[in-house]
Amino acid sequence: MNLPALLDCVSSSSCVVTQVSTGLIIGMLLFLVASGLTLIFGVLGVINFTHGSFYMLGAYFALTAYRVSGSYFEAVIVRALGVAVFGVVFERLFISSVYNSNVLMQLLVCYAFILILDDVVKIVWGTDFQTMGMPSTFALPPIHLFGGFVPPFYVFLTGLTVAAAVGLSVLVNKTRFGKLVRAAAVNRQMLACLGVNTSLLYGAVFGLGSLLAGAAGALAAPVRSMSPEMGFSILIESFIVTVIGGMGSIIGAFFAAVLVGIIRAVGSIGYPLFTDGLMFAFMALVLLVKPTGLFGRKLA
Amino acid sequence: MALSGCLAVIVLALAFNNPQFADFVLRLTIFGSYALSLNLLIGYTGLVSFGHAMFFGFGAYAFGLLMQTERVSIPLAFAASIAGAAVLAVSIGALCIRLKDIYFGILTLAFQMLLHAVILSWVSVTGGDQGLQGGIPRPPFFGVDLSHPKQFFVLACVIFFGLVLLVRQIVESPFGYSLRMVRDNPERALALGLAVQRYKLAAFVISGTIAANAGIMMSLYVSGAYPNFAYWTLSGDGILMIMLGGMTVFLGPIVGAGIFLLLNGIITRTTEYSGLVMGIVLLSVVLGLRRGVLDFVVERCGNLGRAALFTRRIEL
Repeated sequence: MNLPALLDCVSSSSCVVTQVSTGLIIGMLLFLVASGLTLIFGVLGVINFTHGSFYMLGAYFALTAYRVSGSYFEAVIVRALGVAVFGVVFERLFISSVYNSNVLMQLLVCYAFILILDDVVKIVWGTDFQTMGMPSTFALPPIHLFGGFVPPFYVFLTGLTVAAAVGLSVLVNKTRFGKLVRAAAVNRQMLACLGVNTSLLYGAVFGLGSLLAGAAGALAAPVRSMSPEMGFSILIESFIVTVIGGMGSIIGAFFAAVLVGIIRAVGSIGYPLFTDGLMFAFMALVLLVKPTGLFGRKLA
Repeated sequence: MALSGCLAVIVLALAFNNPQFADFVLRLTIFGSYALSLNLLIGYTGLVSFGHAMFFGFGAYAFGLLMQTERVSIPLAFAASIAGAAVLAVSIGALCIRLKDIYFGILTLAFQMLLHAVILSWVSVTGGDQGLQGGIPRPPFFGVDLSHPKQFFVLACVIFFGLVLLVRQIVESPFGYSLRMVRDNPERALALGLAVQRYKLAAFVISGTIAANAGIMMSLYVSGAYPNFAYWTLSGDGILMIMLGGMTVFLGPIVGAGIFLLLNGIITRTTEYSGLVMGIVLLSVVLGLRRGVLDFVVERCGNLGRAALFTRRIEL
């Protein structure tokens, strides 16, 4: 524990700005991953433990695409779509065959894929840490804010994520597709009886979730270094976010992601070795007080 | 039968006098009892715990730290660690069993990772990410000298078979059948006057103490304790062992632990990409067999298989 460092930081506004913006960035990336996780759980009832690996794939795909094409935006869009396609194929081929099995079977299928994808990444991209570097589009002088410096990319990333959050909740709450998705979450059989192709719907939801994870990976590429273990760590973090926010709740995921991001950023100064512990303690507390999470609905 | 099996293994191992085989058997006694204890929760009580390694890690660290004070004998440190694990299991279990299904699992995971974080950050006591350094002393007791590999081997086997018999007694007792009822129909159990929560807690505590025992044996064997003893991957491995071997058969978890250890040994020796191979094997078991190996055997061979395996069928 390093309380003096923490107090030092809190008393200087530049440090506060830096830590809060770092926390926000972590939170934004976490939200993108966690929203996919929570969406898939809310509708399909499956906890997709491979979600972290999708994020990893997104980051590595973006790295390659950026090196090939040189355009960051192209890389993000193309790669997020690539991961979405991968997600749909994965859902159709593997996950769909364990919907009716118990949780442990689903867990094992996902675990098998975590192992496989990690090694595939090692084979294709190597085991070393890799960085993409800031794309030239964002190689601008940092923005001054209350004595602190905020890279322009952070602003772009935050804006994009907020837009994605708003877009996602509009999609789920206001559109016909959203209505079908919510109906499928309540009673899949009934929806199928009414003539809706629920397999297609499930595939679409899984694809959407994977798209978000892939986009998060591609967006994280310039600010976080890449290693074959990155999928694991983001999985755990976004899982915590999902649980704190309430499984199946997108708004909850957003607030929880920002909260966890800030806890991480502040904790890394005050309690560098216990940052994970802080997050898990917080999650345990939320679960004990309100098992369905801060924004979760009551379970039937 | 179990006794003769126990003797057979000990005699066999001593006769072969092959260090690799002895290592495998020792690890099997450790991880076999660990998986067996986890199945008491998952298979028999229907409590899917994702944080079982916390007891394994707690047992290893508590025992290692006590022994390193050099003021206690092995049996005393053993008893104290087990008692400590029981207290830990009662307090954490009382909180966790208030939640159901997946939420129970997540909360156990949270507590386990909390313990892991404590181990990592409390460097002055636990050695942080380096683990417990300096080895664990093994002073002789009651004429048993554990620094002698053969004596340690025999003791580990005896404890293991004792535990297997104990767990078997538990699951075949009225208490064990009550656990199954709690798993299958908690409302009915409650209506019949069963204190459902107490049964869950009891299962949690028994299972936790047996896992702590496995952790103690591990710390004695490797003469140290490491943070990954309390990491979630070990909890995951436990679930893997159960699923590989079969959770509806009493001996399933032990067979699963054996398969897991063998697979891991072969794969890490033959290929650099162990995850890839392990993942593919796992997928073929999960999607091909759709159940554990022993489940499969019992289903195929019917009563004959069941008799041969000295087990009774548990409906899931």
